[in-house]
Amino acid sequence: MFKRLPEAQAEVMVNPVRVTVNGMEVVCRNGDSVASVLFVAGILACRDTPVKGTPRGPFCMMGVCFDCLVNIDDVPNQQGCMVLVKPGMKIERQQGLREVQT
Amino acid sequence: MNTGTNYDVAIIGAGPAGMAAAISLTKFGINVVVLDENVSAGGQIYRGVTTSPLSAKPQILGDDYWSGQKLVKEFLESSAERIAGASVWAVSQHTSGSEQSHFEIGYSVNAQSNIMHARHVLLATGAHERPFPIPGWTLPGVMTAGAAQSLLKSTAIVPSGRLVLAGCGPLLYLIAWQYLNAGVKIEAFLDTTPKGRIPNLWPYAFDFMRSPYFLKGLKLVREVKANVNVIKSLSGLVANGQEKLESVTFKSASKNQSIEADHLLLHQGVIPNINLAQAIGVTLEWNDILKCWVPMSDAWGNTNIERIHMAGDAAGIAGAWAAESRGQLVATDIAYQLGKLSLAQRDISVTEHRKVYARATRGREFFDRLFQPAQAFRRPTGDTVVCRCEEITAQQVRETVKIGCTGPNQMKSFLRCGMGLCQGRFCAVTVTELIADERGVSESEVGHYRLRFPTKPLTLGELATLPQTDESISAVVRLKKPV
Amino acid sequence: MSQLVQSLDLKNRCDVMRNIVTSDVIVIGGGLHGSSTAMNLAKAGAEVLLLEKNYVGRHASGVNAGGVRTLTRHMAEVPLSLASQQIWANIQDHVDDDCGFEICGQMRVAEHEADVKTLRDRLALMQSKGYTHEEWVEPADVCKMIPSIVPTIKGGLIARHDGAADPYRTTLAFRRKAQQYGADFREGVTVHQVAKRNQSWWVDTDAGQFQSRVLVNCAGAWADKIAAQFGEFVPLKAVGPMMLVTTRMPHFLETVVLGTSRPLSFKQRANGTVLIGGGHLAWVDRNRDVTELDFHALSKGAKTVCELFPHMRNAVISRGWAGIEASMPDGIPVIGPSGVEENLFHAFGFSTHGFQLGPVVGQIMKDLILSGTTDLPIEPFHISRFS
Repeated sequence: MFKRLPEAQAEVMVNPVRVTVNGMEVVCRNGDSVASVLFVAGILACRDTPVKGTPRGPFCMMGVCFDCLVNIDDVPNQQGCMVLVKPGMKIERQQGLREVQT
Repeated sequence: MNTGTNYDVAIIGAGPAGMAAAISLTKFGINVVVLDENVSAGGQIYRGVTTSPLSAKPQILGDDYWSGQKLVKEFLESSAERIAGASVWAVSQHTSGSEQSHFEIGYSVNAQSNIMHARHVLLATGAHERPFPIPGWTLPGVMTAGAAQSLLKSTAIVPSGRLVLAGCGPLLYLIAWQYLNAGVKIEAFLDTTPKGRIPNLWPYAFDFMRSPYFLKGLKLVREVKANVNVIKSLSGLVANGQEKLESVTFKSASKNQSIEADHLLLHQGVIPNINLAQAIGVTLEWNDILKCWVPMSDAWGNTNIERIHMAGDAAGIAGAWAAESRGQLVATDIAYQLGKLSLAQRDISVTEHRKVYARATRGREFFDRLFQPAQAFRRPTGDTVVCRCEEITAQQVRETVKIGCTGPNQMKSFLRCGMGLCQGRFCAVTVTELIADERGVSESEVGHYRLRFPTKPLTLGELATLPQTDESISAVVRLKKPV
Repeated sequence: MSQLVQSLDLKNRCDVMRNIVTSDVIVIGGGLHGSSTAMNLAKAGAEVLLLEKNYVGRHASGVNAGGVRTLTRHMAEVPLSLASQQIWANIQDHVDDDCGFEICGQMRVAEHEADVKTLRDRLALMQSKGYTHEEWVEPADVCKMIPSIVPTIKGGLIARHDGAADPYRTTLAFRRKAQQYGADFREGVTVHQVAKRNQSWWVDTDAGQFQSRVLVNCAGAWADKIAAQFGEFVPLKAVGPMMLVTTRMPHFLETVVLGTSRPLSFKQRANGTVLIGGGHLAWVDRNRDVTELDFHALSKGAKTVCELFPHMRNAVISRGWAGIEASMPDGIPVIGPSGVEENLFHAFGFSTHGFQLGPVVGQIMKDLILSGTTDLPIEPFHISRFS
């Protein structure tokens, strides 16, 4: 479980950005990264590994661990910690074997 | 010389070293571009300093963090070009489309690949957390202290469940202090600093006491100890849970202890981000105090490759303040190499930077030795995951040494460890140490993974649409205004 | 003391006392061909010492695409390749390891009519020689076998019993089996000079001196330097074929796909990663064991893949590399005895397609060395073709 400090919560009220996470609507702050939004939405694991299907969540929050990979707007393998939310963004958990669009 | 994609100097990284170097270079009238993989400038230490929601309450994060605002502002107002969101995946010398005297930098912005050329390249790629391989460290709910701090700085998001901090080093005390300021409850602070070291460090203590961090550090540690349950002298640290973290267990004062937890922040120091440097061909050397690989550079930041320079934590962990002065020093030497000043002028110009650097690094010898992570947390055994990306365990690595894979590259070829997307950032030092352990030789002798481009992944489609030299002019995204 | 040493005169025996290591056979080069040669010799009872300058499998042998291919080989190589394929079919028995070998077929695909002609002409040639291992595949069948290939494909030429294996694992397996049979492998040993004195070979290295009756040159991209020491000059060029590998993807491909008029080698491994090669070359400095990937050339290869397999546009490249390989101007290796010295043998220059031949080359070398002859037609590979 994660929460926003009051200062961040205030910004959400003033200028909310709406996205969906696994189909569920989440209201974010302009400037949040996708990974931080997952945390606030109560999601600790954003993907399963392709090797053993183990659940993983963001680990380094600076783009070097590659554990925060998610599907954003139907494009897989996006590093959630490096992408900022945009209105209407669709964020989904990445399944084990990395899907590639046909 | 500037024709859009040709620069005198390309700087990779917009942390304190990169920004300070850029500012200095522009003062010499040099044409410089900074490739920043983040959306906003500041690197890791000053992450979010221009966008943080906590600017109205500076006491939460503390003065040292906010002091970065000035540097970022000066950088953004300078004439240095900045390319935000630029993921650099290659720096080529011999296969570049242009003249021999230029490096060719392959990078991507918004999933579009590009190339640019520069006479000099300054690698200011900073550092990242060192691996902390304990059983369960891959569970959701476990992350690095640096990760939690980024979250706090950039988005003012904090853990709200049962929180445990574990590890050693000043950064862990810093985040604990920042959390206290923000009203975040910490269940326990498990300090893994090996005991009994201080008596042996007295030769370095005097310098440490004169260091800029000494008094600040003492104050911080005192406040944390007064408000958090700090447990020392522990072993057998384990993160337990099925699908996510549920508890943290350890042994302390001869007792097995267990703390229920939703969050575990791990930290045992930071290590240079060497991947780009090594792929370019910069020689690495093993630093036996910090127990990590460091790209070799001289006092001027020059490496074994002409016109490839290094500054900041990527060249050796020394902190933000040192990174700034080193960035200025290296920039001055690059200016000399570009003919903007004479040797004598160069040597005079850097006197002040040298002084600041010396002050900023005072006490590091004490520091580095005191907080050297315990061997048990660097050389794991059994089922503890070593390579997070490929899920290879310590036992597998150790056993593979016995069948004849005596170096990290053979290990990589045989077990796949180091072949994941993180390119060894979270396993290289562990694998080197495990092989050294099994063979009974030094880490230097064992060596390191042979890293290659692409330093960051890119899609096949991006690569297929790599522009040739002049097409990239229109595709480049530039940001000069503060974000 | 070995028989060889006992037969030496006093001076040489003193040399031995001074820690000169002697052996019946010295093999220079610990790639697949060297390891396979060592294994076969040791299995037959010979005393073998292998000297490798880095570690076994460090260069081309350990980092190639792992293609186990008989398809569209140079005519001279076909008999050797077919014989090697028999060994591959039972590789587990030979080296106690399946080497990750899988029979999935290899197919050259025709992108346009010119490719179709090229492949059909090849088929006609093979049939005229009585070879049946290469077959034409109609476009509709290509699409059925490989649903993800671009539907405009014009057909293909397939060798159904071809496949792929793990190159590093294979090389290591040959090495370990060789050691089991008693072969001595020394890594980190660079050969500086080789000379013949009194019917034996004296090999000077940075780890001391070695002596043997027979010398085998399996030194890959550096083999010309060894050969040159006896006046056997070969126009060998060190090249760096490049490879890219993706992250794991759901299975979409069984067969190994090769280009016909454009360089391409495309394979999905059992673990889901996709290997992309084909022959675009890196910059190489063979004296420092250094390569630099040429991204402009890699870009061409990526374009080829995306055109043939459109869904690969989103595939994530996680790593790239280049091996250091020996390329001969006529595209076929040097295999056989020296043209100028007795008890000197060569097996190098496999021009980016030596992996599949590794098992049989070891047997050929063993036969040449121990019985002076081999059943397989190796005349086209003689080193003297360059003099």
